[in-house]
Amino acid sequence: QKAETEMSAVRLNRAGDTAFAKVEKVSSELFSLTYGAVVMQVIKDYEEVDATNAQLEKMGYNIGVRLVDEFLAKAQVSACQSFQDTAEVIAKVGFKMFLGVNAEVVKTTGDEFTLQLSDNPLAEFVELPEQYAKLEYSGMLCGVLRGALEMVQMRVTCTLVRDVLWGDDVTEIRVVLQEMLNEEYHDDED
Amino acid sequence: LRPFGASVAFGKRALLATTCMGVALYTLHIFNRRGTCLFYKEWNRPSPSRGDLTQDHKLMFGFLFSLKQLVSKIAPKKGGFYACNTSAYKLNYFETMSGLRFVLCTELAAGDMREVLKYIYANIFVECLVKNPLWKAEDPITCPLFTQHLQNYLESIS
Repeated sequence: QKAETEMSAVRLNRAGDTAFAKVEKVSSELFSLTYGAVVMQVIKDYEEVDATNAQLEKMGYNIGVRLVDEFLAKAQVSACQSFQDTAEVIAKVGFKMFLGVNAEVVKTTGDEFTLQLSDNPLAEFVELPEQYAKLEYSGMLCGVLRGALEMVQMRVTCTLVRDVLWGDDVTEIRVVLQEMLNEEYHDDED
Repeated sequence: LRPFGASVAFGKRALLATTCMGVALYTLHIFNRRGTCLFYKEWNRPSPSRGDLTQDHKLMFGFLFSLKQLVSKIAPKKGGFYACNTSAYKLNYFETMSGLRFVLCTELAAGDMREVLKYIYANIFVECLVKNPLWKAEDPITCPLFTQHLQNYLESIS
């Protein structure tokens, strides 16, 4: 069984590389600086750190609901058999395709997993000053995951639990499955 | 489901129909997960809808929904349905994991249209609509870029 998981890890890595090769690329500096400008603007608009965190997550959600279609269209992955499969696909194919980085899946249980990023292009060149110590700078990623997973029938909560910007060694996002959503079809003529 | 006529008329109408890969196309529907018909295009439909089109779309969606459930219940092994035939036409179906349903009705002689539908999803739908900030997931598709690309693609592979 170990050989099987190793095989599928290889397959996912290859799928991630293929998908990454297919997408248009932009300069990573431009990307980091643009994201920084977005965060600065949201801080300016919302003033408080909590409101900013909420807004970044919400923006991420709106991105996620669309991103998932591009992902499904471009990445050659078959349906996931378990939540752990979902975790591996997100880490090896999703992050690779959209951010060009490899993420690791750590601390998995049946209904939750943690994504660990050693390299976070969003937070390149960033230092958090004292008054923004509680800012979830990469909170948008949490929103993206939440939005994308909701479109494939999984309601999750995603939290930024460790961040290099907070002094930790790695950036970690914890994803917890709340419920699987069922097919909804409401016949509105009764 | 009302059949599109027992025999396909090979007259003037058929000549005007769009063909792709030499296959005659009849209609295309795109539904979202909720059942909203986002897009409908008709090239050739010998027996036109008697009621209004919205009822037809609901009928189509309901039929596909039920068929999908049925197929998954009685399937001997995993794998959803991707086509079904009547005596008059072939219905080709592609569903994405995000709940979008692409339904293409073609003549019976059509081969496997799954690659065509996947192309429409991946290269036309995603590029023109998902990436378009003005289009929201509940809206019917009125984007001219989309219809243009779709038409070009379907004609180009004939």
